[in-house]
Amino acid sequence: MLPEAIEVMTEELAQVGNPSSLHSAGRRARRVVEESREQIAEILNARPSEVVFTSGGTEADNLAVKGLYWARRAADPARRRILVTPVEHHAVLDSAHWLHSHENADVSWLEVDGGGVLRPETLRAALEQDPGSVTLASVMWVNNEVGAVQPVAELAETARAHGIIVHSDGVQAAAQLPVDFAASGVDALTVTGHKLGGPVGAGALLLRRGTEPVPILHGGGQERDVRSGTLDAPAIRAFATAVVISAERREAEAKRLTVLRDDLIRQVVEAVPDALLNGPPPGPGRLPGNAHFSFPGCEGDALLMLLDAKGIACSTGSACTAGVAQPSHVLLAMGADEDRARGSLRFSLGHTSAQQDVDALGAAIGEAVERARRATSR
Amino acid sequence: MTSMRVLAALSGGVDSATAAARAVDAGHDVTAVHLALSANASSYRTGARGCCTLEDARDARRAADVIGVPFYVWDMAGRFHQDVVEDFVAEYAAGRTPNPCVRCNEKIKFAAVLDRAMALGFDAVCTGHYARLDDGALRRSVDEGKDQSYVLAVLTRDQLARAMFPLGDTTKNQVRAEAARRGLGVADKPDSHDVCFIADGDTRGFLARRLGAAPGLVVDRSGATIGRHDGAYAFTVGQRRGLGLDRPAADGRPRYVLSIEPVTRTVTVGAAEELDIRGITAQRPVWTGCDPLTGPRACEVQLRAHGAVHSCVARPDGDDLTITVPRGARGVATGQTAVLYDGDTVLGSATITATRAAVPA
Repeated sequence: MLPEAIEVMTEELAQVGNPSSLHSAGRRARRVVEESREQIAEILNARPSEVVFTSGGTEADNLAVKGLYWARRAADPARRRILVTPVEHHAVLDSAHWLHSHENADVSWLEVDGGGVLRPETLRAALEQDPGSVTLASVMWVNNEVGAVQPVAELAETARAHGIIVHSDGVQAAAQLPVDFAASGVDALTVTGHKLGGPVGAGALLLRRGTEPVPILHGGGQERDVRSGTLDAPAIRAFATAVVISAERREAEAKRLTVLRDDLIRQVVEAVPDALLNGPPPGPGRLPGNAHFSFPGCEGDALLMLLDAKGIACSTGSACTAGVAQPSHVLLAMGADEDRARGSLRFSLGHTSAQQDVDALGAAIGEAVERARRATSR
Repeated sequence: MTSMRVLAALSGGVDSATAAARAVDAGHDVTAVHLALSANASSYRTGARGCCTLEDARDARRAADVIGVPFYVWDMAGRFHQDVVEDFVAEYAAGRTPNPCVRCNEKIKFAAVLDRAMALGFDAVCTGHYARLDDGALRRSVDEGKDQSYVLAVLTRDQLARAMFPLGDTTKNQVRAEAARRGLGVADKPDSHDVCFIADGDTRGFLARRLGAAPGLVVDRSGATIGRHDGAYAFTVGQRRGLGLDRPAADGRPRYVLSIEPVTRTVTVGAAEELDIRGITAQRPVWTGCDPLTGPRACEVQLRAHGAVHSCVARPDGDDLTITVPRGARGVATGQTAVLYDGDTVLGSATITATRAAVPA
């Protein structure tokens, strides 16, 4: 977390007051929430009333996918289709799967190319196949595993032309890419605190005026009845602080991360010449701080263990509940075979990353890959 | 004593957790690993049955937290299924009685896991088995009731050289007390029993689902048919119950399974004294407590887990081993392991392939 975010959160934790209460302590807390809302709205170019606070990205994704599906279907029962890419985060994927198995929704997959990108033609083709049956399309702003930036504005325009609403999971985007909600054309956008140097447990779903999902949480009617539950003023305040600071630093940070990341790629390829970079080539199509490699002949989880022992933290694809690494669904969707998908690691750089971190990886990766290859050949 | 890089296998139970804690205390650089072996990881344990479910993974993770060591989960479910579960089913189908714990130690814990550990830079694998290592040889644990030297006796000297059993010098009660003192929440967790991959304990049902109905006859040693069965795999030598006999024996005494012939699917039963075995043939001997035999050796033999120990003479017979049990042993099933002891030291082990009855047919 950013030190400034920790500071304001700590300050706020010492205060008492339910933002929904009418007495002075409540009103004070409420003011903190509303100021936070305004700050976030301003940075993301949305109206304050378009910001709905949630407990994080997963909740926001669930609210968007399920809530908007139910709302659109209720308004028009002929609409039962959801369009999603297979590289979405599980919070979107699993919500869509659940709607399919429990609510009789039809999930249409929007296939991505080898770099993980959804081309507007693919969306257009899927929409033209009976646009009247579609409830919504959900396409992430940028993929969290391979850093592929999606052509969101174009995609939103295509959807709009067919009268379809678009949700975008923007969790990975805000800290490193310019995110302008109004200009993007999307109808719903997920953001979360902990990817911006804010706390875990605070996020938001931005909903364009007129886009009303069926709520998932019923109760006290907070957030205009869209999302009930006592608002976590300390976390929200820290979230807003993180949004503001990361926006101020974004451009410089994106440049800094790009340099570090490009050097990381160079060092890894030098140490392991047959390492394969997954995702789009470094450039505007790729998240500045993201690198993702497949190491032929290795299992990602053996590599992860070896690097972890050297104090280098990275990640494999989707980790399941028992901690057993599964092959990355993103890589599989991009056309990789299972071995390649299992033998990959994501290296992400953020505001605490420095050159020495990249150098440490460069120094360790060669031997780690050698050992992991030995461990896998049985 | 040099500090080694030790991979501690944590099952989620109290023994492996305490063993890992001791390894840390002994000054080793310990990393904990939980082996995901279950095909159905999301099932909950019912009491003492079943193992390596998600609940166990969680218990193992918490134990690693308390002990203060890194924790990972290794997915060995595929290998386990192939080397242990499928072998289990195939052995029963062939009329033998397997011991899956022996197979697991031989193929998974001290092979697949050990190999992977070595490749990743570890020096040894530590487990919570109750057994002692003495100069490269295996010895019974101090707690005779819990002793697991029998299921470890299949390991070679090389494998034993890379094994660590910190609990061999302690009783189970002491281990539980120690776990409680160390703040390990699993101190009160019940031990897992029976076959770890048959969570409901119904081995017969498990085999029936995989092998289907394979009816055959139950006969006495004269060959007379005295009953019918739905699958020879449901029987094991020495078994008394569930024989499905048409009528009681002429002398009114209980009858026992003497042998199982898988091709004709015939199960032979007889009286208690007909169970007596004087001679055993065993294959692929592994020697850890002595050099490979070149001539006869008087020692003791244990013929099943928690079984009695019998005086015997073992002698090499080509690649096999012949074991003579002068006073006779009962309930000796092919497929089981014969473990030879000299006092409480394991000399070696071999897999039983044939038996010779005391009372000829």
